[in-house]
Amino acid sequence: MSSHKFLVHDDGDYVGVAIQDIQTGEEVLGVELHSGKEYHVKSNHDIPLGHKIALQAIKNGETILKYGENIGVATADVKIGDWVHTHNLRTARWDYGN
Amino acid sequence: METKILGYKRDNGRIGIRNHVLIIPVDDLSNASCLAVEHNIAGTLAIPHPYGRLQFGADLELHFKTLIGAGRNPNIAAVVIIGIEPNWAKLIADGIAETGKPVAYFGIEGYGDLKTIERASRKAQEFVQYATSLEKVECELKDLVVSFKCGESDTTTGLASNPTAGVVGDRLVEMGGTVIFGETPETTGAEHILAKHFATPELGAKFLKIHKDYMDLIESKGADLLGTQPTQGNIAGGLTTIEEKALGNITKAGKTPIIGVLAPCEEPTVPGRYFMDTSSAAAECVTSMMAAGATLHIFITGQGNIVGNPIEPVIKMSANPNTCINMSEHIDVNISGVLSREINMEQAADKVMECIIKTSRGRLTDAEALNHKEFVLTRLYPSA
Repeated sequence: MSSHKFLVHDDGDYVGVAIQDIQTGEEVLGVELHSGKEYHVKSNHDIPLGHKIALQAIKNGETILKYGENIGVATADVKIGDWVHTHNLRTARWDYGN
Repeated sequence: METKILGYKRDNGRIGIRNHVLIIPVDDLSNASCLAVEHNIAGTLAIPHPYGRLQFGADLELHFKTLIGAGRNPNIAAVVIIGIEPNWAKLIADGIAETGKPVAYFGIEGYGDLKTIERASRKAQEFVQYATSLEKVECELKDLVVSFKCGESDTTTGLASNPTAGVVGDRLVEMGGTVIFGETPETTGAEHILAKHFATPELGAKFLKIHKDYMDLIESKGADLLGTQPTQGNIAGGLTTIEEKALGNITKAGKTPIIGVLAPCEEPTVPGRYFMDTSSAAAECVTSMMAAGATLHIFITGQGNIVGNPIEPVIKMSANPNTCINMSEHIDVNISGVLSREINMEQAADKVMECIIKTSRGRLTDAEALNHKEFVLTRLYPSA
């Protein structure tokens, strides 16, 4: 059993999901759900259980993939290890606030 | 693992796992009488609600379908109906009587509450003594109609509990069972993917039409779902967008094809997996599925939705380790081991199946033990 702190749905996903609280500066191990592929990321923020951690750099305006599918659009540049949530990701469904 | 369940075989061949005598108010005015009957006679179950006056058209039809469906549900042995006027009470009684179960109805006008309560209580006592003389018989898991819904979802729901629910549904369908899921609004962002899970392109198109009609309704109100979907609880749990929530939501549809699109409260006709057009609000959705004849509900939660239903036992499962600890009295099946990879999804599904069997054999679910009896009718538009 690994001491992973986040899980990844699919190969190619831009984000993983914390399964324990992650601290700023922590070097964390992630595991892909089915393949068991490992990811090593240094966290830039405190990321609570259930919240997302960036696995790659993402440009403002870029579509973010999770489940291998589009889950919305980045509203800021995102670095590897950043916390990804409502402050830097929004739905592509409604052009809200624009 | 034990695979036989114990159930009550109703006259129409359907199998129930509970045996209530139901006291149905046709309208808000009749709640007081129904609650009095429930108080007077042990073993009765009243389902008070705030509606039933001056409704019309499709909204009134849905009101009747929900109340008739509640009475028809195989978890119900017999039914007493009370309305301010007798004619709508009779209409509901006739819809339930088709199943062959004992039904009686009473109108309050011309009698007043006290005489009505006495007449209805005497009938309810007779029905309870009939119901309690029925014995459970050995049945198969496939005899259950199992409904699924998730609520207060978070990212653990999409990672572990909804896909596990998908596996459970697939197992039941492969045995010849019937399963129902729904939540039209919460497919938004993944509706194009879900559409491909239907058995035929025509069914997929039927689902997409229902989804589009719903989106058009929202737009016609000059609104969007932001601020509502995802909910504040979803966001606290790490879900950021409606697309992300929907992609997690649809994993509970499993892999077996969806063979039908049901209207709210519509009974499935043949075994298989169904989509029902429902709200995503927990109690409304479970109530619609119960009224379609679902006898056991699997409710998937992340942040800790606590919903129950008076007629359909609700089993709750969660993969969120914090919720499983902090709200343990609400979570029947803890599958947080999927996240830590101590168990896989098949083993998690085994735990849920075990709980289904125990519940069908008589174990009260957490929601039942905690007296959660949310019976919530869906309204389509305001009363006249």
